[in-house]
Amino acid sequence: MYQIHVQGLTKSYRIAERQPGMVGAVKSLFHRTYRDVDALRGIDFDISRGEMVGYIGPNGAGKSTTIKILAGILVPTGGRCVVNGVVPWQSRISYVAQIGVVFGQRTQLWWDLPVVESFELLREIYKVPNNRFKTSLAELVELLDLSPLLDTPVRQLSLGQRVKCDIASALLHEPQILFLDEPTIGLDAVTKASVRGFIKEINRNRDVTVLLTTHDLGDIEALCRRVIVINDGICLSDSSIDELRNQYVHEKHVVIEFGNSPCLESIHQDDVLKSEGTRITFLCTSDISDFVAQMTSRYEIKDITIETPPIERVVTELYESSK
Amino acid sequence: MTALALKSYIAVVSTRFRTLLQYRIAAIAGIVTQVFWGLMKLMVFSAFYEVAQNQPPLSFESIVAYVWLGQCLFALFPYNVDPDMRAMFNSGSVAYDMLRPLSLYAYWFSRTLAFRTAPTVLRLVPGLFFAFVVLRLVGLDEWVMPLPPSFVAAFSFFISILLTVALSASIMMLVSISMFWLIDSRGMVNLMAGVVWVLGGMIIPLPLFPDWVQPFLSWQPFRGLCDIPFRIYSGDIAGFEIVGELVFQLAWVAILVLAGVWLMRRAQVKLTVQGG
Amino acid sequence: MKAAISLFMKYLAISVRGQMQYRGSFVLYAFGQFFTTGIEVLGIWALFDRFGNLGVWTLAHVAVFYGSVNMAFAVADTFSRGFDSFGSAMVKTGDFDRILLRPRSTVFQIAGQDFPLHRIGRFLQGALVFVYGIVVLDLDWTAIQFCLLLLAFIGMFFFFYGLMIFQATLSFWSTESLEVMNVFVYGGVEACQYPLSIYRDWFRSFFTYVIPLGCVAYFPIVGVLGVDDPLGSGRIFQMLAPLAGIAFFSLSLFCWNFGVRHYTSTGS
Ligand SMILES: Nc1ncnc2c1ncn2[C@@H]1O[C@H](COP(=O)(O)OP(=O)(O)OP(=O)(O)O)[C@@H](O)[C@H]1O
Ligand SMILES: [Mg+2]
Repeated sequence: MYQIHVQGLTKSYRIAERQPGMVGAVKSLFHRTYRDVDALRGIDFDISRGEMVGYIGPNGAGKSTTIKILAGILVPTGGRCVVNGVVPWQSRISYVAQIGVVFGQRTQLWWDLPVVESFELLREIYKVPNNRFKTSLAELVELLDLSPLLDTPVRQLSLGQRVKCDIASALLHEPQILFLDEPTIGLDAVTKASVRGFIKEINRNRDVTVLLTTHDLGDIEALCRRVIVINDGICLSDSSIDELRNQYVHEKHVVIEFGNSPCLESIHQDDVLKSEGTRITFLCTSDISDFVAQMTSRYEIKDITIETPPIERVVTELYESSK
Repeated sequence: MTALALKSYIAVVSTRFRTLLQYRIAAIAGIVTQVFWGLMKLMVFSAFYEVAQNQPPLSFESIVAYVWLGQCLFALFPYNVDPDMRAMFNSGSVAYDMLRPLSLYAYWFSRTLAFRTAPTVLRLVPGLFFAFVVLRLVGLDEWVMPLPPSFVAAFSFFISILLTVALSASIMMLVSISMFWLIDSRGMVNLMAGVVWVLGGMIIPLPLFPDWVQPFLSWQPFRGLCDIPFRIYSGDIAGFEIVGELVFQLAWVAILVLAGVWLMRRAQVKLTVQGG
Repeated sequence: MKAAISLFMKYLAISVRGQMQYRGSFVLYAFGQFFTTGIEVLGIWALFDRFGNLGVWTLAHVAVFYGSVNMAFAVADTFSRGFDSFGSAMVKTGDFDRILLRPRSTVFQIAGQDFPLHRIGRFLQGALVFVYGIVVLDLDWTAIQFCLLLLAFIGMFFFFYGLMIFQATLSFWSTESLEVMNVFVYGGVEACQYPLSIYRDWFRSFFTYVIPLGCVAYFPIVGVLGVDDPLGSGRIFQMLAPLAGIAFFSLSLFCWNFGVRHYTSTGS
């Protein structure tokens, strides 16, 4: 039984078109034209309890739209979506008590209140029993190192501090599922690492299911065994990172450090990407073990490294190919 | 300088017109509100006129004209402040404008005029259509807007309304400039709106106030906003009296403009001395 | 229920604390409200001064109508501020997302957004006029009259609150500044400052059957005043009429829940 079940999900937004100029303005007083934007055009996926899944795609792909539907904020145009056995937008109140949502771009906290008072208010809103709240809060404060921030009004927090507080606030009521929409946007390397560590920790300790959108593929590599790629409202792929790599990139870079300057006549010049003295980078599209065997048999070799292409290239290729 | 003022006038009118048109529902709502308000007022006045024991100072027909003109033209009256201008004062960016070597007063005056005219045009046309045509079609003849009794009345009404616009803008300018000294201008603008509404004659026509307050009412500048043009329209002010009233309006415009220019100088001096 | 009240009190405390930080502005705004909402009284007074009584209605009677509708509206207005600014503050900005993510009723949460206490200015102004009317009339109060007065206030409160919810509901379809409802909100308040019986039939029917403001603001108050209603309403009807306010409120809640389904959030 899947915890999150999404099938044929579609969502279109209706947008009033504006005509330019004064004549257009007068005209639109009497007649408006509308345009439908299909943000989702049939998304399918299933996620089991405790999984940590990355949800990626270029700008405007429909990631946030999916998250908002799953969070019960938006009602989809069509398709099925069942989470924890309920349809999010139909039984909103009982449903949202079981989930936590973070939008990295926008805070869910009260702008003028000190962080700790926001948390108190959330305790009241989610009806969390006092002792449970205390232990939960203590754990979050420790893991995210929030104690120096607790008395600061939210509007005075830096972006990174605010995101941390937002993440904590989404977990105070100990939800089973966590939706994160670009949680690491605008964070520095250190904060990013700590947020990633935290998400991993929470996923393991509390067995929380995590669905995470991001543009930073480092997040995905650090956290998710599984990635769903969408573009233009449809799923392009749903697999592990390694599969994704293998599937879309059939070439590897082999860097060989030769003992002495090799005589390369016997090697196809096309395959040489870079040549720096005795250190040469080859592009290998055939079987890699054959290639290495061939080389070692012919030349004196000090060192061999096989580079997998960076995930960014994989994803770029994937986005490009789907256009 | 006049060219600049004219240019900014046209620019503001057309952008404001366009933004207003964008809000279709708001535009319709505005029209419905104005019609509704007019009808409600007329019902209240008819109720009182039906029980009147002595001759009221205004005929019911004049009241009808007064009410509809008020509904159609109320966007002309200085009851709110151009939000752009308020933002300029609040953010302090006014300092840059003030240090420019041109008559700021003329520039802002034209902006203010534009701010008032665009919404008025939008309301005037449907409002008059309702008051003249729709009411007759649905058979509410007693509330149909009357025409001016003579060509002279119509023409002087037109002149008087132009003066009303100038008067309104000069009052707004005073309020806007005084925002320079106030930290929170909203209270001030609200009070201003209240004063304009009562003393201009938008709550009830001024002649209906008790006779003993009339001497006071007849000298204050706000009377030039509604009372004078509306009563010229209905012929209640006629003949040579019209000239006197137009001069009255003009005189107040002159006084308020001078006060505004003076106040703006003071603001400028304050700026150059204190550096904003 | 207890949890809801406790949360509501917390919202209230937060809002009040915020306003008290700027005490000077608070006093100024309250005064501004008192003044600007009170100017209508001048018109009413001047008309009675010039024309005399309106049939059975004296200035003091009208003062009671005027005062009660203004007081009830001021209270409803203060506690429905979140709905008043809903379109611009919640829908346009997408902040309604946040409300939907919380396991509480949306209406309850919006109601708790803000409580602009300076609107007490309108309340005070209405109360003053109300007391003037009551003192001049020197009524013999019976239990029934008290009851009617209470019912009228409850009915008006729910009616105005319902209107605010209706107005907010419209912003799910259009994020324009929605003055549409102003006709009913401010127009209604204005209309009910005078007894409904002075208006034309069609207008009266509209404000009785379509927008039941007359049911909450006129009929029970007529009973309180002990005047024979020129419209011929009886005691039982005067007692029952305010229920229309609650029915209206329920209808608005129904529409609200329908509107929430149309919420489209924002792009980012
Ligand atoms: N509230 C809305 N109204 C109208 N159109 C919308 C709305 N929200 C999103 N869209 C449109 O739907 C499409 C998908 O948007 P969405 O926000 O889901 O993208 P995304 O994948 O989150 O992109 P990004 O990475 O830039 O955040 C876009 O074309 C966008 O213009
Ligand atoms: Mg997004």
